[in-house]
Amino acid sequence: MIEGLLHDQAGLLNFVIFFVLGAVLLLVILGFVTYAILAERKVMGFMQMRYGPNQVGGPWGLLQTVADVLKLLLKEDTIPKLADKPLFILAPVIAFAPSFMVIATIPFTDKLQFADIGVGLLYYIAVSGLTTIGVVMAGWSSNNKFALLGGMRAAAQMISYEIPLVMSVLGVVLLTGSLNLNEIVSAQENVWYILLQPIGFIVFFIASVAELNRIPFDLPEAENELIAGYFVEYSGFRWAFFMLSEYVYMFAMASLTTVLFLGGWLPLFSFLDFIPGAVWFALKFSLVIFILLWFRSTFPRIKADQLMEFGWKVLLPVALANIFLTAIIKSLF
Amino acid sequence: MLRTEEMLLNVGPQHPSTHGVFRLILKIDGETIKEAKPVIGYLHRGTEKLAENLQYTQIIPYTDRMDYVSAMTNNYVICHAVETMMGIEVPERAEFLRVMAMELGRVSSHLLWWGTFVLDLGATSPLLYAFREREMILNLLNELSGARLTFNYMRVGGVKWDAPEGWVDKVREFIPHMREQIKGYHDLVTGNEIFLNRVKGIGKYTKEDALNYSLSGPNLRCTGVKWDLRKNEPYSIYDRFNFDVPVREEGDVLSRYHVRFAEIEEALKILEQCVEQFPEEGPILAKVPKIIKAPKGEAFVRIESPRGEIGCYIASDGKKEPYRLKFRRPSFYNLQILPKLLEGESISNLIAILGAVDIILGEVDG
Amino acid sequence: MSGEKDLEQLKKEAAEKAKAAALAKRKAMEHKEAAAEKPAEPASEDEDMAKKKAAAAAKAKAAALAKKKAMEQAESATEATAEPESAAEDDDMAKKKAAAAAKAKAAALAKKKAMEQAEASAEAPAEPESAAEEDIDLAKKKAVAAAKAKAAAAAAAKAKAARMAQAEGTETAPASDDEKAKAIAAAKAKAAAAAKAKAAAKAKQEGADSALAGDDEKAKAIAAAKAKAAAAAKARAAAAGKTAEAPAEEVKPSVNQPYLDKYVKVIEEHLGKDVIEDSYINRLSKDVPTLVAKREYYYKIAQFLKYNEQLGFEYLSELHGVDYETHMEVYVHLYSYINSQSVALKVKLDRDEPAIESLSTLWAGANWPECEAYDLLGIQFHNHPNLHRIMLGEEWVGHPLRKDYEPYDVEV
Repeated sequence: MIEGLLHDQAGLLNFVIFFVLGAVLLLVILGFVTYAILAERKVMGFMQMRYGPNQVGGPWGLLQTVADVLKLLLKEDTIPKLADKPLFILAPVIAFAPSFMVIATIPFTDKLQFADIGVGLLYYIAVSGLTTIGVVMAGWSSNNKFALLGGMRAAAQMISYEIPLVMSVLGVVLLTGSLNLNEIVSAQENVWYILLQPIGFIVFFIASVAELNRIPFDLPEAENELIAGYFVEYSGFRWAFFMLSEYVYMFAMASLTTVLFLGGWLPLFSFLDFIPGAVWFALKFSLVIFILLWFRSTFPRIKADQLMEFGWKVLLPVALANIFLTAIIKSLF
Repeated sequence: MLRTEEMLLNVGPQHPSTHGVFRLILKIDGETIKEAKPVIGYLHRGTEKLAENLQYTQIIPYTDRMDYVSAMTNNYVICHAVETMMGIEVPERAEFLRVMAMELGRVSSHLLWWGTFVLDLGATSPLLYAFREREMILNLLNELSGARLTFNYMRVGGVKWDAPEGWVDKVREFIPHMREQIKGYHDLVTGNEIFLNRVKGIGKYTKEDALNYSLSGPNLRCTGVKWDLRKNEPYSIYDRFNFDVPVREEGDVLSRYHVRFAEIEEALKILEQCVEQFPEEGPILAKVPKIIKAPKGEAFVRIESPRGEIGCYIASDGKKEPYRLKFRRPSFYNLQILPKLLEGESISNLIAILGAVDIILGEVDG
Repeated sequence: MSGEKDLEQLKKEAAEKAKAAALAKRKAMEHKEAAAEKPAEPASEDEDMAKKKAAAAAKAKAAALAKKKAMEQAESATEATAEPESAAEDDDMAKKKAAAAAKAKAAALAKKKAMEQAEASAEAPAEPESAAEEDIDLAKKKAVAAAKAKAAAAAAAKAKAARMAQAEGTETAPASDDEKAKAIAAAKAKAAAAAKAKAAAKAKQEGADSALAGDDEKAKAIAAAKAKAAAAAKARAAAAGKTAEAPAEEVKPSVNQPYLDKYVKVIEEHLGKDVIEDSYINRLSKDVPTLVAKREYYYKIAQFLKYNEQLGFEYLSELHGVDYETHMEVYVHLYSYINSQSVALKVKLDRDEPAIESLSTLWAGANWPECEAYDLLGIQFHNHPNLHRIMLGEEWVGHPLRKDYEPYDVEV
C-alpha cells in the first residue's frame, strides 16, 4: 500500500494518509516505550531482588510509566538563564526526530514496512548519526560544564563507534549483495547471519550498545561522574524527549539487530512457519531487548579513555578483518 | 583561532558520587584533572564543642552521628576513653556484646562501601545485593539496641541492653549465610573485566606516602603495612580472638577493594569465636557511679574502625563534662591524600579513587 | 601527684577492677567466703601490720562488694590476704619461690603480651625483696603478691573454677610460702592456659605439678574447666595482674618508663639539656610517654622524633589544640612502626597569640588537623602550605573551641 502511495502524485489526501500513518506509528512506538521502560524496571527489579513498580495501574504497575509521563508533562519548564535559548529548545527535537525517522525503513514483517528503500541500511546509519548533533547541542547550549563534558563525550563516542558499527555490517552486506533490509532478511532464509557472521555480530552488538549510550557505554550521561551528562539542565517534557529518543533508539536498534542477524520475521525452523512472522519478529526482538536490559543491571561503566581505545584499537581492526575474511570467503565460494 | 583553556569544575557539594556533602574544586583540561582542591565542612555540627557542655553519657548519641555507617565503633571509642581514664573494668559479657556489635558494624560498613563503590563505577545491582545482607545486620543490631543506624548502645562501663533471647543464635546463623553471599559478590563483580580495568593500578600510592599522610585502616593496609589496632594494640577482648590482618602490597584501588573484602571475612571469624565463647550470663554494665566524672588529666585512645584509626582525646578537669573532647576521625585524615592522588587523573578515575577512600562525610566534618 | 595520692588512686582503680570481677562472680564469691573465713584467725597476730593491710585490702574489696554482705566479705578477704605476712619470715626462701613461680609462669604463658605484663609485675615485687631486708617492707610486698594471687584466683571466673582456686589458695598459704608461690604459679598457669584447649592441657599438668599431692585431683578439676571459662579466667588474670601492677609501680614505674627515659636521653643528647619542659608517663592514657616541648624547640624536637633512627616516629596519629584558659596547648600523638611505640608531644602556647611552627612539612598528614586547630582555636601555624578555615569558612567570626567564645545566637 505504502509503495503505491509513495509513487502516487503528491496531494492533500496523500499527505493526510501519511500523516495519520505516521501518527499511528508514533503512538505504537510510544506504547512500546512506555512498556519498555516498565519492562526495564521490572527486569532490573527482578535481577536486583526487588519488585519494581507495583502500585500504579494494577499489580504490575502497568500505568506507572503513563503516570510518569503525565508528571513530566505537568512539570514546570525551566530554561537556565545563561543558556543558549534557541539551541536549548531545539536540541531535544533534533535528538528525537532521527530516532523516529529511522524506524520507517525497518521491515517488521514482509508486509509491514513503511518505506522499502534500496539503501535502507545506509539510511538508518546515516540518520541515526544525526541524534548526536542534538546531544552535543544540548550539552553546549545548557551552559553547564557537566553537560558540556557529556556532550563532548557523546560526540567522541559516536565517532568512535559509528565506524565499527558500519564496518561490522559490511560483512552482511557483502553476503547479501544489497543494502535493502528486505533482501537482507530474505537472504537469511536458510541460515541466519548470526551464524555466518559471528564476529560481525559481536562487533555490531557491542557497537550498538555504545550507540545506544547504555551501560557499560553510558558515558555521555554517566550519572555518577557527570550527574546526568548532556541533559543535566533539562527537565519536564524536554527531558522526556531525550528519554524518549533513547528508548526509541533501543527499539530501532533491537529491530535492526533482529533484521540483520536474527533473520527478521523468519521462523526458527521452516516447519514452524504456521506461526505468523510478526510473532517471530516480536520474540527475537524481545530477546535482544532483554539482553540489553540484562547488560544494564550487571555491568559497570567503562572509562572514557578505555572506551576510545576499545573502539579504535579493538573493534575497528576486528571489524575490518571480518570484512576481509568475508570477502575472501565470498570470492572463494 | 583554536584556543584551549583550563576549566574550573565544581564536583559537589551535591553530587551523586561524593557520598554526602563533599566538594571538590577541579581545574580540568579536557577531562584531565590538573588540580583538585577539596572543600569540607558542610556537615560540621560542632560535636566537640557541644560535648563540652554534655555529660559523658549524653555525648554518646552524638558519636552515632559522626560515622553513621558504623556507629558502634564510635560509641565504643568514647566509652573506652572514659573507661581508660577511670580505670573501669568492663564485664565480660558486655565486652562480648560490644565486640559483636562492632564487628557486625564492620561487616555492614564494608558492605555499604562495596555497594556504593561499585555503584559509583556504574554497576547498579551490587548495591541492592549488599543492602540485602546489610539489612540482616541492621535487624540484628536493631534487636540489640532498638535502632538501625544511630544505636546509642554502649555506655561507660558496658552496654545499655542485654542481648534478647535467641539473638546470639541469629548471629550464629548469619555468619555462614554471609560467607556464602561473599562468594556471590565476587562472582558478580570481582572478576569483571570492565571493573578490573577501572580499578587496577588506579590511585596508587606507596607505603611511605600512606604513612606520611597519616592514612589508616584499609587505606594503609593496602600498601603492605600490617597494622591493625585490634591486633597491635589490643583493646577490649580482641586479644582472645584468632584472626588475621589482611594486607595487600599494590596500594591501588583494587588492593583496597580486596583488603576490605578480606576484612569482612576476618570480622566473621571474630564473630564466630564470639558466638562460641559468649558467656551465658553475667552483668552487662560495670558498677559505675551515677554521675560519671573522669579524673583530672588527659587521655587519648585509639581503636580500629572500619575506616581506620578512630581516636578519642579527653581532657578532663574532674567534672562530669569533658573539658575538651576531640575525635581523631579516620575519614578526615584519609581524605588528605586525595589532591595528590587526583593530579593528572581523569574524571572517571576520580570517582574510583574517591570511592575507594571510603569517606563518611559526617565523620570528615565532625 | 604525690606518691601516696597516686597509690590511693591506683588502689581505687584496683578496687574498681576487683569489683567488676566480684560482681560478675557474686555467686562464686559466696562460696569463696566460706572457704576464706577459715584461715582468718592467724592473721590477727600482728595487729599493726594486719591493720594497715586490712585497710588497703578492705578498700579494694569494699568496692568489690558494694552490694550486700559488704562487711563480712571484706573482712574475710582482708584477713585472707593479711595472713601470709605472718607466714612470711624467710625472705630468702620467698625469693627462691618467687623465682620458681616466675619460671613456672614463663613456661605456662609464653605468648600473650598481657600476661607478660602480669609476669613483670610479679617479678617486680620479688626483686626488691632481696635488697630491702626489713620485715615490714617484705611483708607488704608479700601482701601485694598475695593480693594479686587472690585477685587472680578470684578472677578465675566461672563459679567452680573460682571456688577451687580459692580453696587451694587459702589452704596452701598458711602451710608455707612455698606453696603459696606455687599456688600463684598454678593460678597463673591456669589462666594463661586459657583459650586454647592445648594450652589448657598444659596448664593442667602444671597445676597438678605445683599443687600439693592431695590437691592433685582438685587441681585437675580446675584445669579441666571449660575452655570458655579458661579464656575468661585468662583475661581476668591479666586484669588482675594489672591491678597488682599498680601498687608495684611505687617501686618500679610503668613499663613505658624506659622508653620515656630513652626519648628524653636521646633528645637531650642531640638537642641540648633544656629543650624539654617536662616529661612524664600519662597514666590515664594507657601509659603513653609524654613530652612537653619548649615552644622554641617544638619543631626541632618533632623533626628529631621523626628522623632520628632510634626514634623513627614516622606516623602522625593525631594533632589538635586545647584551650586551657591560662595557655593553649597543641597535642600531637606520634607513632613509630619500627619500635611499635607511641609518644605524645605537647607544647604550650601563649593564649593571646597562639602560634607555632607547622608540622605539615614533616608529616603531610598534619595539614588538615592544623587547619582544624586554626579554625576552631585560632592557633597560627607558621610555614603551613595552606592554612585556612577548613570547617567553618573564612567569614566565621571567632574560634568556637576557645573557652571564651560567644555563640552568635545564644538562645539556640
